[in-house]
Amino acid sequence: MKPDMRGETVLEVRDLHTHFFLRRGVVKAVDGVSFSLRRGEVLGLVGESGCGKSLTALSLMRLLPKGGAQTIKGEVLLNGENILKRTPAEMREIRGRRISMVLQDPQTSLNPVFSIGDQLREAIERRKRAPNVEVMKEAVAALRRVDIAAPEQRIGQYPHQLSGGMKQRVVGAIAISGEPGVLIADEPTTALDVTIQLQYLKLLKRLQAETGMAILFITHDFGVVGRMCDRVAVMYAGRIVECGPVRQIFEAPQHPYTRALIASVPKMTGPVGRLTTIEGQPPSLMDLPVGCRFASRCPLVEQRCLDAYPAEVRVGDAHTADCWKVTPA
Amino acid sequence: MAIAERPPPTEAVTPRLSLWRLVWPARVPGRFRRTARVPWIPIAIIVVIVIMAVFAPLLAPYSPIDQTLRDKLLPPAWMAGGSDKYFLGTDAFGRDILSRLIYGARVSLLVALLALTAGGGVGLAVGIVAGYVGGAVDSILMRLVDAAFTFPAILFALLLAVTMGQGFGTLVIAISLLLWASFARVIRGEVLSLRQRDFVALARVRGCSALRIMVTHILPNVLNTFMVLVTLNIGVVIIAEATLSFLGAGIPPPTPTWGLMISEGRGRIAEAWWVALIPGIAITLMVLSVNLFGDWMRDRLDPRLRQL
Repeated sequence: MKPDMRGETVLEVRDLHTHFFLRRGVVKAVDGVSFSLRRGEVLGLVGESGCGKSLTALSLMRLLPKGGAQTIKGEVLLNGENILKRTPAEMREIRGRRISMVLQDPQTSLNPVFSIGDQLREAIERRKRAPNVEVMKEAVAALRRVDIAAPEQRIGQYPHQLSGGMKQRVVGAIAISGEPGVLIADEPTTALDVTIQLQYLKLLKRLQAETGMAILFITHDFGVVGRMCDRVAVMYAGRIVECGPVRQIFEAPQHPYTRALIASVPKMTGPVGRLTTIEGQPPSLMDLPVGCRFASRCPLVEQRCLDAYPAEVRVGDAHTADCWKVTPA
Repeated sequence: MAIAERPPPTEAVTPRLSLWRLVWPARVPGRFRRTARVPWIPIAIIVVIVIMAVFAPLLAPYSPIDQTLRDKLLPPAWMAGGSDKYFLGTDAFGRDILSRLIYGARVSLLVALLALTAGGGVGLAVGIVAGYVGGAVDSILMRLVDAAFTFPAILFALLLAVTMGQGFGTLVIAISLLLWASFARVIRGEVLSLRQRDFVALARVRGCSALRIMVTHILPNVLNTFMVLVTLNIGVVIIAEATLSFLGAGIPPPTPTWGLMISEGRGRIAEAWWVALIPGIAITLMVLSVNLFGDWMRDRLDPRLRQL
C-alpha cells in the first residue's frame, strides 16, 4: 500500500434505515447504521445471522430483495455523492464500476450455461467496446490476475468444470473488472474450505493493494476478521454497537456484546471446555425495545439501559461503542 | 474433482462463443461420454419425413388430389389384389395413399413449425417475464395461463373454426392457443428458481438492466427446457392437427393431412383398413421419433451432462 493512497473517504453511510414493510408489521432490519470507509481500507462488518449485515450491503447497492424492503432514511455517500438519490438508470452505471460485490456461494454465482470467458466478456464490454480479440486478451489477463493457472484454457470452460475456489476467484475477477472503488464482500469465504479460504483472502489483500479499493468485508468469522480487516464494526439487531481498529476490538472490546462475541470464539490454547455462549435470543426486529437492544442479554444491565438507547461513546482513537456503561476516553 | 485435474482440452479456446454453442457443443475427442447414444433410427425417420415434406412434388408418384375412381380402395402392393401402381394402395376415391402421405407430411410439419414458433415463443416470453418480474405482473399472467387451461382445447378450436372458417391459419392459431400456457407455466417455474441464484444478483450488481438479465442470463438457461418442450410438443401438435382435421375443424378437404386421412378411412376400417392405418402408423412413428429425439436432446443440452 502506497502511503498516499490511504486516507480519503470513499464511502460514507449515515444513519441508514432499511425496513421491511410486511402485513404483520415493520421489520427494522437495518435501523440507524453509520460507518465510513476510506480508500485502501478493509472494514469488517461482523455480527450473528439476521443482524442486518447483508441487508446493509444490499442497501448500499440499492438492490433490496423484493417483498417490501425499503430504505427509508439515511445517506449513502459514494465519493461524497448520495447514491440513494440517483435514478435506477444512474444506479446501473454506478454498480460494477464504482461499487461492486462478491457473494457467498461460488456455486451459483456464475451462469452455468456460459463459459468463463463469456461471463468476463460481459463485464469487460460494459466498461468499453473493443474488438473481440482484445476483450478476450483482457479476460485472460483478468484471470491471470486472480491467480488462475492456464487462463487461456480456462476461459473456454464452463463453471461446472472449475473448483469452488477457482469459481470464487473468477467471481472476484468479474467483480473488479470494472475497477470499482468499493468492493463489498459478503462472506466470500464461507463456502470454501479452510486452505482455499486463506488463499482467497491473500488474493483479496493483494488485489486491494494493487487497486487501492476499499473493501467492506462481511463475515461472522473472527479469524477472518483478524487476518483481513483494518477496522471492525460489530452489528447487533440492526445497529452497529461498536466500531474500532481491529487490535483494539480484539484486545479491549468495550461493548458487552462484542466482549461476549469474542469470548465465544473457541480458543486453540488451554484446556478444552464447554464453549462460551451468549444467553438468550436477539430481540425481534419487529418489536425492538426502546432502550439498548442487548439489554435483555447483557450481564451489566441497569435501569437506564432499558429506558433509552445509549449514545455513541468515543472510547479511544477512532473507537466508538454504544453503551451506557463504557467510560469515554 | 477429477475433471479439474485433467489437462483441459486444447480446442476449448473459443474466441467467440455464442448461443450456437448450446446447440452444438465442442466435441472432446476420445473422451468417454455418458450422454445417451445418438438416436439414429428416430433421426433417420425424422429426416425422411422432413425430406418428404420439403420435396413432396418431386417424390409423390401421383397427385394427392386427383381421383381415379376406377382404382378405388386398392390394397397395398404386397397384398392380394394390390397393384404395383399404388405401393400403399388407394382410398375410397382412388387417390394414391403414398402421395397423400407425402403431401400430408408437409401440412403436419408446417403446422407444427408455425404453431410451436407462435405458441412456444409466446409461452417462453410470458414465462420469463412472469417468473423474473414477479409480483402483480406474475399474478396477472399466471391467471391468464390458468384461464387458458380451463378452455376445453378441442371445443375452443372447433369454435374458432366455425367463427373464422376452416383453414390453415385457424388451425395454427387454435394449436398455438393450446400450447402457450403449458410453455409459460413450465418456463416460469424454471425462472423462479434461476432468479434466486447468485449469478442473477451479481448481474444486477454489475449494473445489468432487467431486460438484459432476462435476455442474456435467464433466456439461455431456460433454452434447454424450451428445446425439450418444443420437441416433446411436436408430437402434441401433430396429434392436435390430426384430431382437428379428423373432426373437420382443420384443413378442409381435399388437401391431404394425416388426421384427415384417418378420418376418411374410418368408415371402411373393416374392409379397407389400410386407408386409416397407414397414416396412423405415420403419426405414431413421427411422434415417437420426435419424442425420443427430444429426450436425447435434453441430455445433450445439459452442460453438466455434456462432458462427464
